[in-house]
Amino acid sequence: MSNPTTVERKSERELVITRTFNGPAHIVFEAWTRPELITRWWTPKSLGITFVSCEADVRTGGAYRFVFSHAAFEQPMAFFGRYVEVTPCSRIVWTNEESADGALTTVTFEEKGGKTNLVLHELYPSKQALEDAIANGSPGAASEQFELLDEVLATLASYGVAP
Amino acid sequence: MVPTTRARDLGRYLGSLLRAVRPGYILNHMVQYQRPHLDDSFAALSDATRRGILERLGRADASITELAGRFQMTLTGMKKHIGVLERTGFVTTEKAGRVRTCKLGPRRLEEEAAWIEAYRQLWDTRFDELDKIVEELKRKERDHGRQKRK
Repeated sequence: MSNPTTVERKSERELVITRTFNGPAHIVFEAWTRPELITRWWTPKSLGITFVSCEADVRTGGAYRFVFSHAAFEQPMAFFGRYVEVTPCSRIVWTNEESADGALTTVTFEEKGGKTNLVLHELYPSKQALEDAIANGSPGAASEQFELLDEVLATLASYGVAP
Repeated sequence: MVPTTRARDLGRYLGSLLRAVRPGYILNHMVQYQRPHLDDSFAALSDATRRGILERLGRADASITELAGRFQMTLTGMKKHIGVLERTGFVTTEKAGRVRTCKLGPRRLEEEAAWIEAYRQLWDTRFDELDKIVEELKRKERDHGRQKRK
């Protein structure tokens, strides 16, 4: 049984995500900092997104660049930024620079009795930026979303849910 | 690849609806008050003309007369479509003099709850995978420790 994940909107510009892991902080930290491990959990299969490449130099001042592909998009999507602060086993702070609306993300690892409490804090430059970021979890043009919507409606219709 | 702000507004509506119908979501969350709203929303969006109207309004506001012309439809017919979109919150209208202007509607609170829940599910799915890696690394460390002691 996995531990619960919570997401709370702390303010107009802030989201806080929490989760406890059944392992020590140095292990959880390792999974966040080694690219070959990041690629194994950042894009779960159900998301429909796969890594094309993953570069992550997880040191203060280092850079990262994640490139994803998705069946619905012809071009791969790149997400990139810098690690503003990296304190081994306890704290990683990074920027999201693919757009001006990118958040400053802080993740902290706190070990207690062999378990690790993870707190991920996202600070967006504006209220609108946060709302767009959540809404566009899978970015795409409206027409592509209409196609998706058609599929969803067709599926629902076959279950007798939609008109 | 970079959507305009208006296209993004539209994307917000559709994105939240699409996420809300993900398997498991309806069963687990907000089933009592979310469902009627979703059904109405889907009914509103199940019509190709109404989706066309939203797409058009995603680019710029337009009057009912302009929309009727664009979709080659009578004013009465267009008013009906706009009425359906207005009741479901997809569109708002404003009358200035004799012209009624249509624009994409205000965001709804339930939609924000749906966004937050969808985001939570994304991280939860990620963290379930991360759990597996934590177990694997713990096992490796234990095995390594045993080898050292030998």
